[in-house]
Amino acid sequence: MTLFGYRVPMMASLLVWCVLWEIVGRLDLMFILPPFSDVLVAAVDLVQLPSWQGATVTTLRAFLIGMVLAICVGIPLGMLMGRVKIADDLLGMWVNIFSSAPLSAIVPVLMILFGFGEKTIIAAVFLFAIWIIVLDTRAGVRHISPSLIEMARSYGAPRWALYGKIIVWAALPEILAGIRLGLIRGVKGVVIGQLLVAIVGYGALFETFSRNFRMSQFWALTIILFAFALVVSALIERAEAKVEFYAGVR
Amino acid sequence: MRAAVVRNEAVMNEPAADAIVEVRGISKTYGGVEALRDVDLDFPRGKLTSLLGPSGCGKTTLLKIIAGLIDADRGSVVVNGKKVSAPGPERAFVFQDFALLPWATVLRNVAFGLELRGTAKEEREAIARRYVADVGLAGFEDKYPHELSGGMRQRVGLARALCVDADVLLLDEPFSAVDEQNRRKFQEDLIRLRTNQNKTFIFVTHSIEEAVYISDRIVLLSPRPGRVSRIIEPDIDRSGDPDRIHRDKHYLDTVEEIWQGLKQYVE
Repeated sequence: MTLFGYRVPMMASLLVWCVLWEIVGRLDLMFILPPFSDVLVAAVDLVQLPSWQGATVTTLRAFLIGMVLAICVGIPLGMLMGRVKIADDLLGMWVNIFSSAPLSAIVPVLMILFGFGEKTIIAAVFLFAIWIIVLDTRAGVRHISPSLIEMARSYGAPRWALYGKIIVWAALPEILAGIRLGLIRGVKGVVIGQLLVAIVGYGALFETFSRNFRMSQFWALTIILFAFALVVSALIERAEAKVEFYAGVR
Repeated sequence: MRAAVVRNEAVMNEPAADAIVEVRGISKTYGGVEALRDVDLDFPRGKLTSLLGPSGCGKTTLLKIIAGLIDADRGSVVVNGKKVSAPGPERAFVFQDFALLPWATVLRNVAFGLELRGTAKEEREAIARRYVADVGLAGFEDKYPHELSGGMRQRVGLARALCVDADVLLLDEPFSAVDEQNRRKFQEDLIRLRTNQNKTFIFVTHSIEEAVYISDRIVLLSPRPGRVSRIIEPDIDRSGDPDRIHRDKHYLDTVEEIWQGLKQYVE
């Protein structure tokens, strides 16, 4: 973007909002909105607390396990639905329902199945993340030109090569987009799981801060989480950029 | 100059001296539409045979049945004396839309058939380099398909088919997605390649000029249901300057003759 002939750096709009936040915060209009500088100070203090470090380890662990499971189940399931009509007919409806359902409502039910602990939170991450991965993978596989499949068959490709050398690669741009969206939903899942079920990790911190009106710490934690989600999705975006050269010409 | 040899129905079923591909009683129906009915055909070894006809005559279906990509409802395909029902190493296919891997370089695309067969990387790349040069793409080995023109992409498709050293090359309207100038150049190159390669070509096209220009033998198919209506063997000398063929009286007469025959099927 250029403004009055000057090139404005990418994140400049963020700066505008930070300044606005600072001004509104200093006006002392609402207690829930402390000045942005206070939030930054709170963030610096927060990351030094053992309770934050412990919560981060707990949260990251549940998030990573849940995501790995969602990716490992979601991609094969999406491929199956993309390739086999019967599987698509059987599962399509459910995947669509789950991907648009208010999953927070299901989380307490998970508790009955998995108990008050990490398992429930992993299940929440899995449930939040998997559906978009399934849908995007399915769309990617559906998108593959039939002649590419015929080409592989005509040159005698065994089944593993058809999937490993053609289908995965041809659907990769969609699969990566699905993973990126899934990661963002997974971040949501981990926090909602921790809030609703087992009061551990970030859920416990959020609960403590909001109940005691420690707003600057509350916002600091929110921003840390937000930054984490942004960084993770930026990493996937970099991977997406690597396959972009063929995404438009398949 | 001799006139084109036109075989009629009576002698058509008589087996050719050395047929590499024999099609026997092939029928295929797609959702109520009869694409092919009782097609009997022989494809002589070392010749270029075109399947020519208006759209809907089942020529691509027949080619894909020969390739083993589509199953026929009835009938059989015999290649080198053996009945086939699936793709095999003695046949290689060139696709209308090229069917190249967009994420792979020209070299990997050309070598892909060998890669699927488990040929070692160095060996298959050495073979691929030779065919890349043969089809006139030397210097483009490390380019990606989207960096090439349509004509160049189809050269990659052709090199890939040559690379696996199949006896029979099946080409499904290979030039229809290539612009006119490149198509002419490509047709000339194909004539040259044919004399060097000593392979059997089965070529599907809807262009009468193209069929007469490059074929030893033209099989005319009639539409709905697809059946063999005539077989023509144009007697054209292709040894000299390829541009001369386009002005050859015999070439022009054969084109005209085929057009008169096909006219009735065109609405």
